[in-house]
Amino acid sequence: MSHILSLIKKELRELLTPATILPIVIVALLFASLGGLTGGAVEDALTAPPKIAMVNMDDGDFSQIYLDVLADFDDPLVFYSSEESDIEAALAEMKAEGAMATIVIGSDYSSTIENGSRANITIYWNMVGAGMFSSMSTAPVDMMIINVSTQTTHKLIESGMPGEDSGIITSPISYESTTFLGDKELVGVGPAEVSAFLQGQSFMMPLLIMIVIVMLGGIIISSMGQEKENKTLETLLTLPVSRTTIVSGKLIGSAIVGLIFAGVYMLGMNYYMEGLMSMAQDMELAELKLGITETAIVGLMVALAILCALGLCMILGAFAKNYKAAQSLTIPISFLAVIPFFVVMFTDFVNLPLMAQVVLFIIPFTHPMMAMNNMIMGNYELVYYGIAYLVAFNLATVMVTVRLYKSDILLTGLATTLSGGPLGRLMRKR
Amino acid sequence: MDALVVRDFHKSYGKHVGVDGISFNVKHGEIFGLIGPNGAGKTTTLRVLSTLLTVTSGDLVVYGKSVVKEPNEVRRIISYLPEDAGAYKNLTGRQYLDFIASFFANGEDRRKMVVRGIEISGLNERIDSKVDTYSKGMTRRLLISRAIMTNPRFAILDEVTSGLDVVNASEIRQIIKEMARSGVTILLSSHNMFEVEHLCDRVALINKGKIVAEGTPSDLKRRYNTTNLEDVFTKVVKG
Repeated sequence: MSHILSLIKKELRELLTPATILPIVIVALLFASLGGLTGGAVEDALTAPPKIAMVNMDDGDFSQIYLDVLADFDDPLVFYSSEESDIEAALAEMKAEGAMATIVIGSDYSSTIENGSRANITIYWNMVGAGMFSSMSTAPVDMMIINVSTQTTHKLIESGMPGEDSGIITSPISYESTTFLGDKELVGVGPAEVSAFLQGQSFMMPLLIMIVIVMLGGIIISSMGQEKENKTLETLLTLPVSRTTIVSGKLIGSAIVGLIFAGVYMLGMNYYMEGLMSMAQDMELAELKLGITETAIVGLMVALAILCALGLCMILGAFAKNYKAAQSLTIPISFLAVIPFFVVMFTDFVNLPLMAQVVLFIIPFTHPMMAMNNMIMGNYELVYYGIAYLVAFNLATVMVTVRLYKSDILLTGLATTLSGGPLGRLMRKR
Repeated sequence: MDALVVRDFHKSYGKHVGVDGISFNVKHGEIFGLIGPNGAGKTTTLRVLSTLLTVTSGDLVVYGKSVVKEPNEVRRIISYLPEDAGAYKNLTGRQYLDFIASFFANGEDRRKMVVRGIEISGLNERIDSKVDTYSKGMTRRLLISRAIMTNPRFAILDEVTSGLDVVNASEIRQIIKEMARSGVTILLSSHNMFEVEHLCDRVALINKGKIVAEGTPSDLKRRYNTTNLEDVFTKVVKG
């Protein structure tokens, strides 16, 4: 029994190290914070009061129900008019005020219901983001329409003028949707359909980037660890070439591998996108498909992000004393890829608090992940800033890597080097 | 003519002093042995000389080139074979030699360099096998051939026969002697006193980062009144 206990203790000591415990704790914290973030976003979306613009050309009793329902909320109307000519003004006000929708009620609304037919209204939806929860921001308007529909049914029954069609009595209102997303106007499409379509399209790119970075990070850092463990690095560093050449060679070689990975994944993704687009070909949604220029921009950002990942891997790899140590150093890279993936999937950069925006902007992998949605939303400035940041990040990582390759840290490790105190020694130029 | 001049060389790792102000010269064509107990500062000295580590103070000058001021120039002159060095396991022996040769020569010269490396290695048809399939002795032979084939002016060999069987070690010692005869200056570090006595023209004994004795093996044996270098080593280290 004591033998097995000794073995178990030995295994636990080997397996439960800070390098294995820390990732589990961080993942748990990450999911908890994401749960809080997304849960809060859903709750906020569902409990928010409706905020709408309205053009009501009907002077009958049934359109009054809308105003009665809205009277339960504080200042829900950002614009109200009874003139058809004011629809454009209502839409402008909706966008300016960030309201959820503009409801247009025709002049024959009440009479249509009184005649036993289903009345039709037009709703112009204002989508403020392209994330998974973006369509939820319009949920209060959906709930308001359901409430109006229910009260209309009650009024029909109470007033003793039910028509012959029970379906119309229980559902007396129908609506046509037009959705505004960025500078795009999608006629005949509701926010839920837009959101579902965007998720199908924009979910794949962050997923692809995350997979490539996590895989590539593991390969590059492990290869650095292997160079040290197999003692090939020392030979490499004594060859008659500059450290800049060695760093560049490693970066370019790894980048080629990374781009091949990304290319293979993108090929698979292309088939997926073609399938998605063939379904949407005749629909207004096809307008959301990226053009050649936008696709090239995304491709450029993916390539830059891969180079950033490689630069970070080479910096981290410099601290890996062997293969095992190298594997635990892949964890930070994985986190940097996973965090923006989840955030971009659920919500939009522009809708995040400032601090979260700053943190996400600093993570280089965020930029290609959100580029697609940003371009769809017309936020090109954010895309261009992202490209500039990625270029600057790459230059900085190359400079740091060359410095590391010129310092003792590559062979002596971090602990030995820092025991001297001054970081200047760490970065002492050869 | 001095191949290497080491002057008041210090190397510290934070508060830990690795090498504490050593000075010595190595003459052209000489085999110079650096011996001492574990942690004495031998490998640190070899690594600094190979431009792998930085100098805390002092300087090491190889054929007139300073490792502090001209590390790129020093790398053109030297060839360093670290203790337990490895080769890229996915390459064949030939591919590995060709990879190294590509940094020193082009075209026909490069091809000739690889042919020379293959001859020195004595690996014959196994030169086209992957390094991953080599024994320790075969890998060591490949690495020594890599270190020599480039015609370095100054070879730095750390524990060159460590872990090899008697036959392999003997063959490698023979190769080193031939290197020196062809005009290559060699600085080697070893725990094997028989090897040092057998190979080295002169020896420096380093202990706790300082050189505590220096001379030819026969000088040292006479000075410490012993019959072999191992006893010299023990006497000097134990005080």
